[in-house]
Amino acid sequence: MLYRETGQFKANYKDDQALFPIDQDRYVIFGVLFITFVVVPYLLNEYWLNAILLPFLIYSLAALGLNILTGYCGQLSLGTGGFMAVGAFSVYKLMVAFPELGFIPLVLLSGLITAAVGTLFGLPSLRIKGFYLAVATLAAQFFLIWLFNKVGWFFNYSASGMINAPPMTIFGMIITGPQASGVAKYYLVAAFVAVFALAAKNIARGRIGRNWMAIRDMDIAAELIGVRPLIAKLSAFAVSSFYVGMAGALYFAVWLGSAEPTEAFDINQSFLVLFMIIIGGLGSVLGSFLGAAFLVILPIMLKNILVDGFGTDSALSAHIEIITVGILIIGFLIVEPHGLARLWRIAKEKLRLWPFPY
Amino acid sequence: MRKLTRTIVAALLTVPLISGVASAYELVMPTLDYRTGPYAPNGIPFANGYGDYLNMLNERDGGINGARISLVPCETGYNTKKGVECYENTKAEGQSGALVYQPLSTGITYQLIPKASVDEIPVFSMGYGRTSAANGKVFPWVFNFPATYWSQATVFVQYIGEKEGGMANLKGKKIALVYHNSAYGKEPIRTLEKAAEKFGFEFMALPVDHPGQEQKATWLQIRREKPDWVMMWGWGVMNQVAIKEAASIRYPMDHFIGVWWSGSENDVLPAGAAADGYLSGAFHQPGANFGAHNDIKKHVYDKGMGLGDRDRIGEVLYNRGLVAAMWTSEAIRKAMEIHGTNEIRGKHVRDGFEALEVDEARLKELGLEGFTIPVKITCENHEGPGKVALQQWDAKAGKWNLVSDFYEPLRDITGPLIAEDSAQFAAENNVSERSCN
Repeated sequence: MLYRETGQFKANYKDDQALFPIDQDRYVIFGVLFITFVVVPYLLNEYWLNAILLPFLIYSLAALGLNILTGYCGQLSLGTGGFMAVGAFSVYKLMVAFPELGFIPLVLLSGLITAAVGTLFGLPSLRIKGFYLAVATLAAQFFLIWLFNKVGWFFNYSASGMINAPPMTIFGMIITGPQASGVAKYYLVAAFVAVFALAAKNIARGRIGRNWMAIRDMDIAAELIGVRPLIAKLSAFAVSSFYVGMAGALYFAVWLGSAEPTEAFDINQSFLVLFMIIIGGLGSVLGSFLGAAFLVILPIMLKNILVDGFGTDSALSAHIEIITVGILIIGFLIVEPHGLARLWRIAKEKLRLWPFPY
Repeated sequence: MRKLTRTIVAALLTVPLISGVASAYELVMPTLDYRTGPYAPNGIPFANGYGDYLNMLNERDGGINGARISLVPCETGYNTKKGVECYENTKAEGQSGALVYQPLSTGITYQLIPKASVDEIPVFSMGYGRTSAANGKVFPWVFNFPATYWSQATVFVQYIGEKEGGMANLKGKKIALVYHNSAYGKEPIRTLEKAAEKFGFEFMALPVDHPGQEQKATWLQIRREKPDWVMMWGWGVMNQVAIKEAASIRYPMDHFIGVWWSGSENDVLPAGAAADGYLSGAFHQPGANFGAHNDIKKHVYDKGMGLGDRDRIGEVLYNRGLVAAMWTSEAIRKAMEIHGTNEIRGKHVRDGFEALEVDEARLKELGLEGFTIPVKITCENHEGPGKVALQQWDAKAGKWNLVSDFYEPLRDITGPLIAEDSAQFAAENNVSERSCN
């Protein structure tokens, strides 16, 4: 009743090919954007913005990037942590060397640098597939972290190998460093995520996205119908690394403020983002967000409910949190192996027929 | 499904109800514990010692000057991201807000240094974290007394020099550093390089990646290169593995020196008798035969409020937590004295730290006579005395003994390095030096 496209007639191709052809979808998106940009910053306090929503949004962006590569193009990658590190170290070097360029161009630039690195490490994908490609990208992960840990130039020869984000401003608002307010950081990151999530949705439904999906579904067939694997695969690596690099830059500069390569970008980071897209839903923009929410927000909420709500001992609740999240992951994957996004799609199907299902 | 929804809603509704209870003015002290994860065996005794001492103050004296201490534990798992979340979650807790943080990990310390100065909460990274925070002019909110990693490294060099029969004999010797490949482990490298230049020994750095379970290659290299002395900057499981590996290549244990985070019972016990003679840095005594320990047993453990096992009181890391709690509570006491009120905030506690003086006489009053070195903090010197001693493991008796005096660090090496590093921080973060007059 609420969600039904009956009666929405499209009179021209432009309307029919819109990003959100169904009115209700469009309203929901506007609603979400309104809540994100107008309601949330006034409703939530610094703790929520800094400690929960910032990492959620940044991980969503990283998951979006990996989803382009793995979900849409079918190339399994375990190098996400390494590529995030490329983004973080690029933005650090750029911030120190060219602060006058402004923060947003620097983030985009570091995304481009990561895209170049990602394309380079994507070259093996032309010859190897599946699990073997996962091993090749794993090599990227270890090599990149080793490089950033080993070569002093990357961390400006600081004694401990840590990088610190110098304070920077946008329109007079401080957005990096300790003085930055949670609201400013939140707006910046939310804007990045919103723009690039819409861009991802757009790319995915167009020619390039269809090429990726053709390669994912069956690469030989795709090649036969005229999709060029070289271009399709490398463009997937480039776009994916661009997203992941920006996520890494924001992760370091806006959220953490300082980072060391071995801890902040280790292999667990790669797994975490991979699990996000598996749980959220491969090949789905919404799935990236749901997966990030599941693995970032849920554990913190569980902890807060246990510790503040029930007064559980902090160590015990850490163990309960690990167990619960593990059980939920298994539970959700049994109920719906295609991820949370698929659950949403089923819900939409049901809503269409409600209240008269047949 | 409906039942599940109802439970979740009920759980969410209880959160604001429980956290909104008002009471008398309490001193809120969040503790960033790590009782889970690969570093838990070291995190647990420290957290127990820290908590037990403060609980003892509550039970014996009713808190500090009559104001009760409210401990707010938050589990970090030694993970920087969780540590930051814990900090954000607890910094505004209660009426007083968080009074002081013990970040308990170099990674978390680096995160909190800039944040804490904005939130006006002092960070007490006792003997860890950023070494150049010793420069109080650049880091007014950070305290890392009683000594830093760099001081410690120079003390080890002096000890080695003494054992070799004079600093001149260091020439041509080979000293290796086995370190945790992270910000923490890298701290001493630059100091040791400078010392190598000065005294003419050969220095080799051997990284071990987190968590350090696999060190065969490292020790094979040591076996091949045969360094005269090995130092170690390790933590968690890495320590015990290193000591076992050293034993298996029959490296002489009395030529193997660990940082003070590599010298607890947990680290040496797995190697058994082979660990006998292993050395490590220390700034306090091991053992439970001090007045404060007895008070903890009487006022905390006898009431069944102890955080750990009674027979593990007095372990090295337990005492490390205890000494941290002692200095922290003394700083709070000092802050109350300076500002003439019990209702202090983080910024007042900072003043307390900066005027902190715990001498022999005060230690005696606290039931900790001879337990640690006297400490005096000033505006420009947040490292305090910087003195370090060495302790040695006696495998037969199963205990650590202090085997050296407290050495003065080589300030001609550490001083310029601290100035250089803090100047770099100041330049990168647009911080100007404050004056200390």
